[in-house]
Amino acid sequence: MQIHKYDTVIVGAGGAGMRAAIEATKRSRTAVLTKLYPTRSHTGAAQGGMAAALANVEDDNWEWHTFDTIKGGDYLVDQDAAEILAKEAIDAVLDLEKMGLPFNRTPEGRIDQRRFGGHSRNHGEAPVRRACYAADRTGHMILQTLYQNCVKEGVEFFNEFYVLDQILVEEDGVKKSAGVVAYELATGEIHVFQAKAVVYASGGTGKFFKVTSNAHTLTGDGQAAVYRRGLPLEDMEFFQFHPTGIWRMGILLTEGARGEGGILRNKDGERFMEKYAPVMKDLASRDVVSRAIYTEIREGRGCGPEGDHVYLDLTHLPPEQLDAKLPDITEFARTYLGIEPYTDPIPIQPTAHYAMGGIPTNVEGEVLSDNTTVVPGLYAAGEVACVSVHGANRLGTNSLLDINVFGRRAGIAAAEYSADHDYAELPEAPAQFVVDQVERLRASTGNERVAQLRKELQETMDANVMVFRTEQTIKTAVEKIGELRARYRNVSVQDKGKRFNTDLLEAIELGNLLDLAEVMAVSALARKESRGGHYREDYPNRDDVNFMRHTMAYREVGADGAESIRLDYKPVVQTRYQPMERKY
Amino acid sequence: MSTATLDKVEAEAQASPYITVTFRIRRFNPEISDEATWQDFELEIDPKERVLDGLHKIKWDMDGTLTFRRSCAHGICGSDAMRINGRNRLACKTLIKDINPDKPITVEPIKGLTVLKDLVVDMDPFFQAYRDVMPFLITKGNEPTRERLQSAEDRARFDDTTKCILCAACTSSCPVFWNDGQYFGPAAIVNAHRFIFDSRDEGGEQRLEVLNDKDGVWRCRTTFNCTDACPRGIEVTKAIQEVKRALITRRF
Ligand SMILES: Cc1cc2nc3c(=O)[nH]c(=O)nc-3n(C[C@H](O)[C@H](O)[C@H](O)COP(=O)(O)OP(=O)(O)OC[C@H]3O[C@@H](n4cnc5c(N)ncnc54)[C@H](O)[C@@H]3O)c2cc1C
Ligand code: SF4
Ligand code: FES
Repeated sequence: MQIHKYDTVIVGAGGAGMRAAIEATKRSRTAVLTKLYPTRSHTGAAQGGMAAALANVEDDNWEWHTFDTIKGGDYLVDQDAAEILAKEAIDAVLDLEKMGLPFNRTPEGRIDQRRFGGHSRNHGEAPVRRACYAADRTGHMILQTLYQNCVKEGVEFFNEFYVLDQILVEEDGVKKSAGVVAYELATGEIHVFQAKAVVYASGGTGKFFKVTSNAHTLTGDGQAAVYRRGLPLEDMEFFQFHPTGIWRMGILLTEGARGEGGILRNKDGERFMEKYAPVMKDLASRDVVSRAIYTEIREGRGCGPEGDHVYLDLTHLPPEQLDAKLPDITEFARTYLGIEPYTDPIPIQPTAHYAMGGIPTNVEGEVLSDNTTVVPGLYAAGEVACVSVHGANRLGTNSLLDINVFGRRAGIAAAEYSADHDYAELPEAPAQFVVDQVERLRASTGNERVAQLRKELQETMDANVMVFRTEQTIKTAVEKIGELRARYRNVSVQDKGKRFNTDLLEAIELGNLLDLAEVMAVSALARKESRGGHYREDYPNRDDVNFMRHTMAYREVGADGAESIRLDYKPVVQTRYQPMERKY
Repeated sequence: MSTATLDKVEAEAQASPYITVTFRIRRFNPEISDEATWQDFELEIDPKERVLDGLHKIKWDMDGTLTFRRSCAHGICGSDAMRINGRNRLACKTLIKDINPDKPITVEPIKGLTVLKDLVVDMDPFFQAYRDVMPFLITKGNEPTRERLQSAEDRARFDDTTKCILCAACTSSCPVFWNDGQYFGPAAIVNAHRFIFDSRDEGGEQRLEVLNDKDGVWRCRTTFNCTDACPRGIEVTKAIQEVKRALITRRF
């Protein structure tokens, strides 16, 4: 076992982690631990754009953007945070441009902007062009640009290091971060990173669903690590199902396709979104569109022999426009479906896309141990975190924005903290949990297989806690997850080696997914209302009297060692916008 | 819209005609043996699935020790470049039906980088070459308050090379690189191109000096392997030629 000492340690090298690293490296001795090479992070998969009211192509301002974000989040958004997001958006985009990001340009040479779901002029009057973009590979360009600037700043990376545990200590009755424990893929060695400040930027957790736009590696490791140590997770029941995933595969086709004029159609060729969202139509917010699609499918207007999907129609758009603005996604349709989007509509279905919930933080990125108390030395930003700027439903293009705005903030705050604090003392045997976990899995002769359990988990999540939920379906999921967690204790891996043991790591990742799936389902069961991405058929309306509040889920361990989840609630920060009914 | 093709696609998807294929995989695990060996796996697979799906089936259902990198599964993260039937490709972007499943499908690690285990190679030299070309915007003078202006034409000038996902398919298909790992290789040059031809960049001279080095662009023998290998459709050889020309004319 090796022990390293850094002022600031950042967990994850996606957009949020690298944006934080650029700031932290300038101010403190910083290490970035990442399970993937930085440029493999899933930020690179983001396509459509990054929101900012630059007003480069039409009238716009950050106040409208704030309102859209709050309304899009079905009023569960913390309004102070949304205001910061929208205000700082402008500099966040300009900073990226100055770092070299090759945005598409207007005829005047400014950053071009396009329409995206839920972004509107003057509080919902009409769609507005707010998304700054680089063709349909905006996330790729953000990830590359940030990595390039990390190279420029000399950021120190530990590539293919998996952080598996958070070290929390108690000093004078205060819970503090002392560092993290990581597993080195190449050698199987366990490393302790003692740090004054730790920033989690480890991304989402979509792999507990089967049909998902998320990478195989998005297994919620960061959320699971802090949750296991008794810190809460906020709003985990809110998961976004993006309307347009490639049928059965879940690969995303950006909302930018509809921003460019693409239309959703059912088997009769009808533009069905006109019925559900007369003003915004195909560009209504994602939860609305995903439910509309499943309503069409359930009512027998789905396409194909099994009527289990609808079409994204781009055939009326000029091929030059598709080539210039949507080259990647049209290629996905060709590669994976054998379809020519110039002439054929593309079969799509909603795909599990984005975790609105996560590790609760304040607007400086400081992690909370309850509704108000900060954990000194612990920070989080990006999809792993819940600030909450996305509330019950994130608007498209607001996450690439989130990772830049709050990644930057967390990086600065963490480095400033490490500048004037000392190391918290490491506990005895700081790596014990990971050592035991790894040894147990290597030694296990149990008869359960990781792939089988993961498959069953994904199937139950897709069937029971996706776009439509009821008490019945959620209970089915909770029960199934409980069974899978019990069986997980009997899981064994075939690879017993040290080098590049991805078999072992998949087992650990599955453990994280199981923990988080349970939190999600239990949180969803208790929320007896419908709001944003969480839709309960048995409680189809939003209930502001009882549920205008964030869920806070805590892991409890009884005297007998039995685990359970305790739910608590946290008030929503409201500043100037009163909740209204959400119409598009 | 041509419902005929669509019906065909959907009907085919419905029929799910599983076939039996053989994956012939180059295995290497220094914890067990210093020798690499071929191992055959027979599996049932839908020909419309990806080679990556096949590798997962093997890892998940047959042999958990099979080791390879992957993440996004749709050709965007650059993790899973490998030699499939003798050609560099991304496993997640290669459908079984497109590589003749009647014969055994061979899968080997990419060449020219040290194999660490099975299909996993040491990527550090590859990323080092990338870092050596100073792959970041270099500007002089004061920063503007707003964005720098750039015309759509100037932006188009380097569009192709911004698509690179650093998968190393090009570099590891280059015979010059196989013989001499000191050569920067096509990927690094592609990424230098991305900045040399960016109208906002002022570091062109510095970068060209790096590439003028004995291990730089002049080693390229224009075999076009890189262009054929690139899963992002980047015209790699053309980019290298443009850099060579810029070195001679100092115009870019
Ligand atoms: C297909 C797709 C398209 C999207 N399009 C858009 C869009 O157009 N606009 C928009 O705003 N948003 C979009 N999003 C959402 C947005 O891209 C993501 O939410 C955002 O990029 C997440 O960034 P991140 O930095 O938080 O995490 P990621 O980029 O996922 O990075 C996570 C990092 O954490 C590391 N990591 C994970 N676990 C560990 C561990 N245990 N130890 C060490 N390191 C670890 C990984 O190596 C990685 O570097 C899209 C998402 C998807 C999936
Ligand atoms: S140029 Fe193409 S083949 Fe080479 S690293 Fe980039 S994406 Fe891969
Ligand atoms: S897994 Fe990402 S490119 Fe293939």
